[in-house]
Amino acid sequence: MNVAVNIIKEKYSNRINEVVIGTDPHTVKAGGDSTLPFLLFEGETPNRPLVALEVWDIEPKQWPEILTSEFKGVMSNPAAWAGKCEEYGADLICLTLAGSHPDNLDSSPAQCAETARAVADAVKVPLIIMGCGVEEKDVQVIGEVCKVLEGRNCLVGCAKQDSYKTITASCIVHGHNLIVSNPLDINIAKQLNILVTEMGLPSNRIVIDPLVGSLGYGLEYAYSIMERIRISGLSGDKMLAMPMFCQIGQEVWKTKEASSPVEETPEWGDQARRAVLWEVVTAATLAQAGGSIMVMRHPGSLKQFLVHMKNLMEE
Amino acid sequence: MTGLDIFKLLPKTNCKKCGQATCLAFAMALANAKADVGQCPDLSDTARETLEAASAPQITLVKIGAGPNETQAGNETVLFRHDKCFVNPAPLAVLISDKSENPAAETLKANSLVFDRLGQMHGINLLAVQNHSGDTVVFAETVKVVSENTNFPLILISEDPLAIEKALEITGAKKPLVYAATEENYPAMTELSRKYNVPLAVKGRDLDHLAGLAEKVAALGHRQLVLDSGARSVRQVLADQTQIRRQALRRFRPFGYPTIAFAVNSRDPLQAVVEAGVYIAKYAGIVVLPSADPEVVLPLVTLRLNIFTDPQKPAAVDSRIYEIGSPDDSAPVLVTSNFSLTYFCVASDVEASRVPAYILPIDTDGVSVLTGWAAGKFTPERIAAMLKESGIEDKVAHRRVIIPGGVAVLSGKLHDLSGWEVIVGPVESSGIPAFLKRRWIA
Repeated sequence: MNVAVNIIKEKYSNRINEVVIGTDPHTVKAGGDSTLPFLLFEGETPNRPLVALEVWDIEPKQWPEILTSEFKGVMSNPAAWAGKCEEYGADLICLTLAGSHPDNLDSSPAQCAETARAVADAVKVPLIIMGCGVEEKDVQVIGEVCKVLEGRNCLVGCAKQDSYKTITASCIVHGHNLIVSNPLDINIAKQLNILVTEMGLPSNRIVIDPLVGSLGYGLEYAYSIMERIRISGLSGDKMLAMPMFCQIGQEVWKTKEASSPVEETPEWGDQARRAVLWEVVTAATLAQAGGSIMVMRHPGSLKQFLVHMKNLMEE
Repeated sequence: MTGLDIFKLLPKTNCKKCGQATCLAFAMALANAKADVGQCPDLSDTARETLEAASAPQITLVKIGAGPNETQAGNETVLFRHDKCFVNPAPLAVLISDKSENPAAETLKANSLVFDRLGQMHGINLLAVQNHSGDTVVFAETVKVVSENTNFPLILISEDPLAIEKALEITGAKKPLVYAATEENYPAMTELSRKYNVPLAVKGRDLDHLAGLAEKVAALGHRQLVLDSGARSVRQVLADQTQIRRQALRRFRPFGYPTIAFAVNSRDPLQAVVEAGVYIAKYAGIVVLPSADPEVVLPLVTLRLNIFTDPQKPAAVDSRIYEIGSPDDSAPVLVTSNFSLTYFCVASDVEASRVPAYILPIDTDGVSVLTGWAAGKFTPERIAAMLKESGIEDKVAHRRVIIPGGVAVLSGKLHDLSGWEVIVGPVESSGIPAFLKRRWIA
């Protein structure tokens, strides 16, 4: 005596743009969804969320041992480090040019470009390029890196409210995709995407960075902004129909929950499992909110996340 | 129902007995949940029934347990937390098998799964005792041991009515959740649950079957129900949870109850945790976990706290002097915003520095430092007023205040207004320990 349930299926008027990163035959694709994530009974999630592992141009000082031990012997050589990440199964390498920060090596745009070229030559997977976060410096560095990587169709970050013009122009001229960053604000996200497309960058070369927070440290703000952006994009707002980019690793690994050894916080249990879970649960939750590109740090997190994606997407 | 739909059902006498000037005004008040159906004494029985059904919660509130550890699920009203908020943080249950060699030890371990998050204690809520052995006596003994060693309410997991009956004889007064009524056993399970007045989970083979079974149990007079579509793969559970929530919000009656989801992916314990996270975010009323390891439970408790935070209310701490360690009159004074996330980051980083200090969270209506600055709520005027009025001037002998690095631009004005020397601290709270060691102790 069953009762037939009249299955409710949402039909949206628009799709999320599909952004292609890298060059044949090693391209990866983000986005393309026709409904909310993983609801395969009513629509498509044609591309599983991508995972990038982070590589720095200098040896990070703050990374805990359970992280650095996974990259023993390669962290002083970005190209070798990237090779290790590729071996671990990363879809992309996220090269962070932290060495260009004035407080670090203050390395020149030419030096950064040299590193980026060496990393690009060392791996087959496509590259994400991130600056050091100091806007005046990033403008010079990213411009130079875009130039030497011309034709490689990288994903480059980040265009921000006050400094989007130069980096957008570099992406247009040298053929790259652009990360547009906004401080957890759907209106600024839309406004910036309009400005960037008006400069001539096609909307299928734009990725939204909503500046996510880690589990326990503001995750819910990102979660809801991302759900709203995704629903708006699917409902027809073409200036919000971009795949979303989540800097998971940098947020997770500065939390105490990931970095505190079990001797310091015995009530929190085993550190290695706790830290990986912190990174995977953050990524998996933001994937439910519509995140398409996850930048992570620990290869164990990458592995668990990919198994989870397989379980969500395959029969 | 709209106000006009409701108006059509009212007596239209404008008798004012309900306290409203007209029937139309009363209808509008009802539509906005500002009045109660019972306030109209002259409603016809059909109209009363229709209106009560329309104002009943879309998802029944189900209570498990008795006394201070009672927990509940249901009463949800939205699909997305940004539409309003999620109401009942999903109770988390830890599984204990009746084949366990030491159920008492497992129970004690689970009892300690409570963590201090942002100054409040959060943890698991239920223990689920599972009849793996297939033996009713072993099950009853395990239930007894677990029940004697914990204050958490129980979920009794067995499809054998005899096993459930024996377990209810022991713990029925503590109001456990019975899991589960199935096609084969539902008359007996429903009768037992009614006899002990305890909630009952209904386990279907798929959504259609679940809907039929829930109706049959409800027809026997039991309404404290919890739904399980029987799915166990994360892909299908997500689809079913989504569908059940959508149907419930559209008042499809068989699905008007909270759900239970089992994160019991046996191949990989870490995957089970990730899947439990998905169920917390995506509509599970109750989530059952396979492990009681703290590193497994902590991320899930934290995620639940995040997802069930009311997005309409900025989380704020009181704007007053907070003492970290035992600061004396030479201790540093740091100002920040009263957004609780900001305050607790700063507090934990000050604590990590092991430098006793005073923290003054400025009242920014619970927004962060930079948002507060942009919105004119984290201003030199407000900081100067707090330095003057909080009593900090009596607590420290110096007049040096540390402000967040992101608002260094406030320094001059703040100095002019307050007379205090202004020291610009780090931009990120995580830089505080290094900063205090360099700038204060040295």
